[in-house]
Amino acid sequence: MRFVDEFRDQEKARALAADIAALCEPRRQYKFMEVCGGHTHTIYKHGLEDYLPEAVTMVHGPGCPVCVIPMGRVDDAISIARQEDVIMTSFGDMMRVPGSRGSFLDSNAAGSDIRMVYSPLDSLKIARDNPAKRVVFMAIGFETTAPSTAMTLLRASDEGLGNFSVFCNHVLVNPAIKAILGSPGMALDGFVGPGHVTTVIGCEPYGWIAKDYRKPLVVSGFEPLDILQSVRMLLLQLREGRCQVENQYTRAVAWEGNPRARAVIDEVMELRPTFEWRGLGSIPRSALRLKEKYAAFDAERLFDVPGVRVADPKACQCGEVLKGAIKPWECKVFGTACTPETPIGTCMVSSEGACAAYYNFGRFDRRKVREASRV
Amino acid sequence: MNGPHTPAAERGVGEVPDGPGDAPTSPAPSAEQAVLERIERARRRKPRVAEERITLSHGSGGKATHNLVEALFLEAFRNPLLEPLEDQALLHLDGEHVAFTTDSFVVSPLFFPGGDIGELAVNGTVNDLAVSGARPLYLSAGFILEEGFPVQDLRRVINSMASAAQHAGVKVVTGDTKVVQRGKADGCYINTSGIGVLERPERLSASAAREGDAVIVSGPIGDHGVTVMLARGELDIESDVRSDTAALTPLVELLLDAAPGTRCIRDATRGGVATICNEFAQASEVALVLDEHRVPVRAEVRGASEILGIDPLYVACEGRFVAVVPGDQARPAVDALRSHPLGEGAEIVGRVLSEPRGVVLLNTEFGGSRIVDMLVGDPLPRIC
Repeated sequence: MRFVDEFRDQEKARALAADIAALCEPRRQYKFMEVCGGHTHTIYKHGLEDYLPEAVTMVHGPGCPVCVIPMGRVDDAISIARQEDVIMTSFGDMMRVPGSRGSFLDSNAAGSDIRMVYSPLDSLKIARDNPAKRVVFMAIGFETTAPSTAMTLLRASDEGLGNFSVFCNHVLVNPAIKAILGSPGMALDGFVGPGHVTTVIGCEPYGWIAKDYRKPLVVSGFEPLDILQSVRMLLLQLREGRCQVENQYTRAVAWEGNPRARAVIDEVMELRPTFEWRGLGSIPRSALRLKEKYAAFDAERLFDVPGVRVADPKACQCGEVLKGAIKPWECKVFGTACTPETPIGTCMVSSEGACAAYYNFGRFDRRKVREASRV
Repeated sequence: MNGPHTPAAERGVGEVPDGPGDAPTSPAPSAEQAVLERIERARRRKPRVAEERITLSHGSGGKATHNLVEALFLEAFRNPLLEPLEDQALLHLDGEHVAFTTDSFVVSPLFFPGGDIGELAVNGTVNDLAVSGARPLYLSAGFILEEGFPVQDLRRVINSMASAAQHAGVKVVTGDTKVVQRGKADGCYINTSGIGVLERPERLSASAAREGDAVIVSGPIGDHGVTVMLARGELDIESDVRSDTAALTPLVELLLDAAPGTRCIRDATRGGVATICNEFAQASEVALVLDEHRVPVRAEVRGASEILGIDPLYVACEGRFVAVVPGDQARPAVDALRSHPLGEGAEIVGRVLSEPRGVVLLNTEFGGSRIVDMLVGDPLPRIC
């Protein structure tokens, strides 16, 4: 398939792997965090770790949109969905995220109408088709998906669609990275930067990571060769004593990002003073809400939202996983009490979550498999 | 394995090189190994249904479905004929060996490129019989119709059932009709049951796969699932892909003639090829290793799967099977399959190893390796 196969070529991968191995200094260990869940998924789905030398460890970061949604917000969404004549809509990954009393799927089994959509525009269509219902779009995601939520809302406003509203849970990537860099004991050598977010915000906003924290960041594409090349660029920076923001994903990311997309976000949304993140706690100025001007489309103002803060389950170490402080399998409940079918933590839900990716794709002993294959 | 230059497989995950001044940053491999073993023990625990209500996951054909079947249905109905949980029961009636099966069809939309619910209802049950090596003979047909369902549509469904039955050499010999109030069903649901006779000596079983066997798929995978997803019209993707719905009886005959040692065959419907391979691996307590680059997938199906963020290995087929045959019979088996139009795209996609037991591994096209697990929930698209 064109535009895909080029980025999965084994020969190029082997060449990059050789470069990567050569760039590693003897007896040094490197820890790079891929911020974005899309990268985590790619790493596991393609078995990319088979190409990395033992000196390089990938740490899976917080950039999985559903992984950072706290239980309280899931409960809030379900509480909205249970109100009369409501159709709640959200992306498929949200359907299985556990709240304190079950997920959207469980809530549907108990009578609510929460539908999976592929795009916020689909929920606008549902609103048009069901004028007697109140249709709420549960918006999640980083700066990547915020513009499409904003565009949808503007269209609803233009059409005067009074039965459509947005339950806004958009979050920002930089405050999350900052929270991670600020955690004690954090020993990262650099970041594989989020590709899709950067198409919107551009590369400039990461400048502080290189300047203040002296960590290189390479904005990366989502194919396996992209990630290998980004790791190579990170190692090259370290080898040459540089700490810079670089762009590997030039085929999609302009250095200055997409000013029009940012303008749309600015028109509709503003910073929240603070927002609770799953596992990371409350982070100031880390999320977006709808502006007063669009109050008529703001589910948080239109509906009775309990807004109760629900503590993460005690056993669950999602926060430590999201920060990269522990590997998924080091969590006490990983794979036993917490599995993709009965997730306790959000990291076990989305295929972009570090725990689900490891459980679904990486749950085997590579050495043993190698031995068996020789037979 | 087409390994990259320093395969992680040759070292322990998390292992660090020896040397003075080394501060290991991750625990020794034994820690991860212990966790893996703990997980495998947890996975072998008796399945149970923890949910208070049925969710859509219970119908997806993946893990939740298996739990429901094993924890509820098998517990209640337990008997030696049911216990193997094959796609059909093998009965010994009056000196005859008979295969018996049932299947319900609730596809939406009812009509899609390449077929409709009626054709599926016939072929699905025929295939569940055929993959046991039986010759399908008779079907029952039960209809649950929603008040207001157009008779014209029903006629169309029935006609295609009739023609599919004729094509498959089976007769619909009994049936039932119920009508429910508007809103209590989605147009038309069909249940078919079928019986066939086992005239061949082979007894196939999901637990029969052995080290050294080969894994075969009978043609390009995922056509049906992608066709139906696109036919729902929610995605605004246009494509020429058509459902692969077909009766597999002649193809199974060809396979068994060419590879009389065939261990097991299952048609890859809900949950796709990945689910069948997991069923074989678990029932036979072996590992199945698949080579991604050998798995036949049409470009349209691959493209749509990329866009939707789903893996074709999990997408339903309605006219393909997965078979495990002894390694030395794999080549003649594939040659025989390819002699038939339905099997033109047949490929040897993998092999059977003794370890790690109960697991399906994939050598990815990119040259890495990973697990292919049972599906959890619906194949939900990823959002970014």
